[in-house]
Amino acid sequence: MAGFTVAVLVHNRFGVLNRVTSMFRRRRFNIKCLTVSETESAAYSRITVSSEGGDTEKRQLIDQLYKLPDVCSIKELHDEDSVSCELLLIKVANEQDTRRDVQDAAQAYGAKTVDYTRESIVMQMTGPTRQIDAFIDLMRDYTILEICRTGVVSLERGDSTIRKNDR
Amino acid sequence: MKLSGADILVRTLIEQGCDVVFGYPGGQIINVYDSLHKYRNELKHVLTAHEQGAAHAADGYARATGRVGVVLATSGPGATNLVTGIATAYLDSVPVVAVTGNVPTGQLGTDSFQEIDITGITLPITKHNYVVGSVEELADTVREAFRLAVSGRPGPVLVDIPKDIQIASCEYVPQPPVQPEERFAAKEMRIRQAADCINESRRPFVYFGGGLIHSGAEAELLELAEKLDAPIGCSLMGISGVDSDHPRFLGMQGMHGHYACSMAMHHADCILSLGVRFNDRVTGNRAKFATNAKIVHIDVDGAELAKNIQPAHALRGDLKLTLRELLPLLRQKDNAEWRESVEKLKAEEQKTVDSREGMTPRNVLLALNRRLGENTPVATDVGQHQMWAAQNLHFHRPRRFISSGGLGTMGFGLGAAIGAQMATGERTVLVTGDGSFGMCLNELATAVSQRLPLVILLLNNGVLGMVRQWQTLFFDKHYSNTVLDRKTDFVALARAFGADGARADTPEQLEAALDAAFASDGPFLIDCAIDKDEFVLPMLPPGGSMDDIIVKIERQGE
Repeated sequence: MAGFTVAVLVHNRFGVLNRVTSMFRRRRFNIKCLTVSETESAAYSRITVSSEGGDTEKRQLIDQLYKLPDVCSIKELHDEDSVSCELLLIKVANEQDTRRDVQDAAQAYGAKTVDYTRESIVMQMTGPTRQIDAFIDLMRDYTILEICRTGVVSLERGDSTIRKNDR
Repeated sequence: MKLSGADILVRTLIEQGCDVVFGYPGGQIINVYDSLHKYRNELKHVLTAHEQGAAHAADGYARATGRVGVVLATSGPGATNLVTGIATAYLDSVPVVAVTGNVPTGQLGTDSFQEIDITGITLPITKHNYVVGSVEELADTVREAFRLAVSGRPGPVLVDIPKDIQIASCEYVPQPPVQPEERFAAKEMRIRQAADCINESRRPFVYFGGGLIHSGAEAELLELAEKLDAPIGCSLMGISGVDSDHPRFLGMQGMHGHYACSMAMHHADCILSLGVRFNDRVTGNRAKFATNAKIVHIDVDGAELAKNIQPAHALRGDLKLTLRELLPLLRQKDNAEWRESVEKLKAEEQKTVDSREGMTPRNVLLALNRRLGENTPVATDVGQHQMWAAQNLHFHRPRRFISSGGLGTMGFGLGAAIGAQMATGERTVLVTGDGSFGMCLNELATAVSQRLPLVILLLNNGVLGMVRQWQTLFFDKHYSNTVLDRKTDFVALARAFGADGARADTPEQLEAALDAAFASDGPFLIDCAIDKDEFVLPMLPPGGSMDDIIVKIERQGE
């Protein structure tokens, strides 16, 4: 499946996330995940958007984003020259006959146990989206009670920054 | 100098060059109206019958001048009544600033009386909008709204001002009018690549839209067409951008475009597309649209360049500046064969022209056309009459054809005509239909109270003609809810509002009525009877291609 990730630097103003997502909605962009947080400067927020579209959709999404006055800068992020990861919290049932397998899998993937009760185990894992998908898939053999993941955040490698890309 | 927020708003509007605002008062904007009273000698306020009419008037003002049109409304229903007007301006890229009052900041979000989230509602139909957070920010927010409205691709901006901010006061320092963001030409490399492509073409076609008018690139466009030896066509929004009598001009293309224009575009091998957006009414079936042509698309809005069609060359930049750089790179052409085939298309079009006598839509509009001055603005509503006006009226100056293209807003015309008249000072014509006119005819009250010289030519066929046409052609003549059967006496109605009017059932009556209307110094309505089964032709069926074009329909009894 084709896809792309872009980082969007926006003014940290009331309602800015609404403006961005409202545009995605009305123009029917297929958004896979979206994260937003304040940046090194309180004046800006950084939105990371992943979409499943191809090149035409990517171009259109970037061009439409640039039309929003709150958007300061946009950067396309490519796997080869950026680091990306997301955070997963997963809660599985703590059952006697599967406990061992769950813990082995967690160890193999570097997932850390952050809560352990008689009924459930909560694990935390950070890593590339693909790795997290694989771990969740593995856990489907057991009883998943709940999943929460942040969506991907990305930075370019090296000293290049989104601020240097200001329009 | 310390002023209240309401005074600051009015002073900032004046400072930004605004000479007239359209609006309607109410509880949450009453302070602004008090300031309008104070500054009444410097800023004229036009009270409309309904906020929608005020929004269309501001829009008509902006379309006729290129300057920002301003509309004021109170919170709640006042604000929501602007929505259709704002959306109309948005779809046609018209610079409008809408100012709304709102409940005091502390009451926002509590569903107070007449509170509505107007910035939420107008998010997708404005370039940007603001809730003013403090009186200190007010003047700069209004300035920023003016700057945004006219920069790049123009459009509406809304400023929502809670009542406490209208009351609070702070220091006001006047500023000069804001300047639009600097215009720029497309990238040189792209221009060179496009020039190579254009130089290779043998059947070039120059196609423009509303963007040409905004950029003021008429002279460059004509030079381009001369150099390429190319015919010129336009979209609905482009009408009046080039003199209709120019020998290279084939008129409007698209669903109801001129036959020769649509055909020439279909057969062209290179289409220079200037300030257009390839809307579905223009292209029909996109897979079959201009398949022989390489498209060179120039637009100030980069997001338009590959939105609807994939151009061979996409140039993001101001049209005028980009064309100026492109022109020296183009070779003078002499496309004898292409010229000849375009002439043949024009001759074929002549054969399909409606030559009947009597009160046909074409004859009615030609009678109007004979009376139009160089500068006469013509506004339209939406429907068959709009297309007949677009096809048959001739314009000689940009910004003289004022019509809702993108949104297709029935009820747009009267408000827009009021705005255009007040902006230009010229006698202004409204071409409308009985369906559209019925939607916002309350603005006759405004035209009368302002004593505006408006000629209202109402093509009255007793039906919703455009929908009826589709029902005739595609829905087995099931005339579901398109027969009006209203018995409205429009001349008596005009008189009831204090306007003048006359009925025209024959060509002679029409001539007399037009003479009277063009001599009147107030609004004059002509109730002009036309047959309910007139068609707008040619017609490219929705989603069809040039192979499906309908140029003639045998009418019953002929």
